[in-house]
Amino acid sequence: MKYETVIGLEVHIELATESKIFCSCSAKFGGEQNDHVCPACCGMPGMLPIVNKRVVDLGMTAGMMLNCHINRTTTFDKKSYYYPDLPCSYQTTQWFAPVCVNGAVEIETSKGKKTVRIKQIHMEEDAGKLVHDDWTDTSLVDFNRTSVPLIEIVSQPDLSSAEEVVAYLDRLKTLLRFAKVSECRMEQGSMRCDVNLSIRPEGSDKLGVRTEMKNMNSISAITRAIDYEVARHIDALENGTEELVQETRRWDDIKGKSYAMRNKETAGDYRYFPDPNIMPVVIDDAWYQRICDALPELPELKKQRYITQLGLSEYDAEQLTQSRAFCDCFEEAYAICGAAKEAANWLISDCYNILNKRQQTADQLSISGKALGELIKLVAEDKVSRGNAKKILSAMFEQDLDPLQYATEHGLVVSNDTGAMEETVQRIVAADPKSVADFKSGKEKALMALFGKCMKELKGNCNPQVLREMLLKCIENA
Amino acid sequence: MKLYITEQGAASANTVALDDMILTKNAPTSAGSKMLDGYQGLFDADIIGRLEAAGYTIGGKVNVGEFSIDLLGETSYYGACTNDQGNLTAAVAEVAKSDGVKAVISLDVNGMPRRAAAMAGTVFVKPTYGTVSRYGTIPVACSGETVGVMAKSTADCRQVLGHLVGHDDKDGTSLSDAECAQVKTAAAPIRKVAVLQSMVDAADDATKQRINSVCDTLKAKGVEITAVDDAIYKAASPAWNALMCAELCNNVSRYDGIKFGYRTPNYTNIDELYVNSRTEAFGLLLKTAILYGSDVLSTENYMRVYDKALRIRRVICDAFAALFAQYDAVLLPACSKTAYKSDAVGTYTVMDEALFTAPASISGLPVVVAGGVQLMGKAFSEDSLLTAAAMYE
Repeated sequence: MKYETVIGLEVHIELATESKIFCSCSAKFGGEQNDHVCPACCGMPGMLPIVNKRVVDLGMTAGMMLNCHINRTTTFDKKSYYYPDLPCSYQTTQWFAPVCVNGAVEIETSKGKKTVRIKQIHMEEDAGKLVHDDWTDTSLVDFNRTSVPLIEIVSQPDLSSAEEVVAYLDRLKTLLRFAKVSECRMEQGSMRCDVNLSIRPEGSDKLGVRTEMKNMNSISAITRAIDYEVARHIDALENGTEELVQETRRWDDIKGKSYAMRNKETAGDYRYFPDPNIMPVVIDDAWYQRICDALPELPELKKQRYITQLGLSEYDAEQLTQSRAFCDCFEEAYAICGAAKEAANWLISDCYNILNKRQQTADQLSISGKALGELIKLVAEDKVSRGNAKKILSAMFEQDLDPLQYATEHGLVVSNDTGAMEETVQRIVAADPKSVADFKSGKEKALMALFGKCMKELKGNCNPQVLREMLLKCIENA
Repeated sequence: MKLYITEQGAASANTVALDDMILTKNAPTSAGSKMLDGYQGLFDADIIGRLEAAGYTIGGKVNVGEFSIDLLGETSYYGACTNDQGNLTAAVAEVAKSDGVKAVISLDVNGMPRRAAAMAGTVFVKPTYGTVSRYGTIPVACSGETVGVMAKSTADCRQVLGHLVGHDDKDGTSLSDAECAQVKTAAAPIRKVAVLQSMVDAADDATKQRINSVCDTLKAKGVEITAVDDAIYKAASPAWNALMCAELCNNVSRYDGIKFGYRTPNYTNIDELYVNSRTEAFGLLLKTAILYGSDVLSTENYMRVYDKALRIRRVICDAFAALFAQYDAVLLPACSKTAYKSDAVGTYTVMDEALFTAPASISGLPVVVAGGVQLMGKAFSEDSLLTAAAMYE
């Protein structure tokens, strides 16, 4: 029998806020264990939650990026369960009135385009982390991550393959990075994904027994886990190897297997109820509009605009629109230098190479678009040679600088001193009669050697066109 | 008979004691529970700063029942208090009566300080919900519990309360300074008082007599007294019990033996650690409340019980609003009896007595206990209530 797979995803995304959701502790990744904690995020009695408005901003932004309806009155609820990494033994989340509902995103796979419906997006706090020490057989709790703000994006069961899941996650990542909602870094846990999966005979409209898989921390692990789980389900149905039950399973990527964690019967009742300490958050028109106005242009629209309005190639536009930081830098640089193609080239090749060497991602681009634009202008105006401009660009990754000022201070400005150029050209030509003779006998390469020597002597601070003409004239006279 | 859990500072005319639900960083806060015996909080409640700024000296921590949900403190890990007549009395009232203490600040979770004042003849004011910060109070039933003031007179209550009210950014339910200021503002005197008749009927003769005598005094001062049909307010008690227990079960779930508070020595795995710690450290009333609260919030019962209780809360608030459109205040007993022999109190007696205290708890409306009876008013009417209560205190 042929089967089809039905998959719904719950994607947890850590929001890029400075502070935690209900207290002022840092929400940054890393730090010494239990460094980012206070009585509130440790669950001590007497502290009251105060909602970080920035979290609501980002929750709304995510919803707007995913075409959701924004609930103008949104509330926080408590979810009770016991686990040592949960200091209050309840998690504050949104159950009754999540900030966003009924969205949709379009994905593209080898089978074409498809719309994945979003059921809801809710805001909630993260839990801490248990650190197990096998040697002493103890577990210790690190509360740095408790109350770090998250959104959970719940999709409808509209996905049917690992490929679609990957495309969907990729799309979420692109959109949410573009809107600066989150860095969406799976390896740091700022994007996590639970897979709800069932199979059914092809064409059937009845859903099969669903299992939920957790603990997949890379795209490849998700793909492997889905393939494994589909095979397990089919095996169970076809060969009766086991009875499928609704349960939560943990994926072990090293062993390449999923294991049952808890099933429906043993799962506790979460006893949701509205948190009486948090008043409903009312999103008024001004707030709504402020978030709307701050939404970025969608990457594919940007790409089209770059091609049709700025004359970039399809390839360049595609490369730039991979990253919001590149787009922002590009647009700012273009506004200053007016040379779209040049700005794109500097970013796609030079900046990208430097980032690579620094083992940074495109989103970590730290140079200002203004400085890049001015640098491009300096090159266009022949004030700085291209070679020296690259040196200045490298320096821009180390510090915030003004390109012209830096060039002046470091002797990288093109000199208009033709006297010095003339003197150098004559000295080099006089010292190398062999190259001169070679060139005269038709060896074009010899000119390049002489040109290079002159450039080196002049430290690159000259107009290459002028230098070339000067050199040719000098050889002619020699 | 243990009145104080910790006593500090010399008694003076400016000494204010705190009940053991209010956190201070220089003394333990135990909430009357073995679970928090010796628990040292890391910060002061917001009201501590306000009291100190007003020149008060913080006295000791006063004994309360476990998480202050009981009748008169009888469930305290540190023991119940009885007076010379062998009647149950609450430590907060006994301390408030003593010389050298201006007032006791007490968290009104389930009406204990109101019953305490009625039994001991002190005055207690529970202000409008949201006018005094709950930052730094042990959370139990957050949607209704309110910090109040117990003192020997309405004048002392008024004075101390005036220093406590005010907006606090650290409490998301805290009202604006403008709203809080109304608590201190003198308003129109109380001219028309409604008596909740069926509540009076549910009380014993001695209590009825108190109500009658208060009515007589008020009438003599020209206040109009009217008995009203009050069937709807009787629903406050079961609804409040459901809401309180639901919130309580969630709020005390943090006491799991892992991070702070009591941890059992008897465990071999995490489940035993949880279960035995809580079994050994919590008392019967609290355990019952936890179980009831869990049941109320279960998927099966949420709509049937919890959600219904929220609706009843709304209905009762609306009924009070309608009542206060006609009357300036409402008179009702604080308890069914004027005294409880300590051996006559059962574990769940408080559940029945909530009949009288739940209306103010569930609605968040202000109430003044003086002369052994409750006088409730509309939001921010504390000043008028205290003035009226001064006639019969």
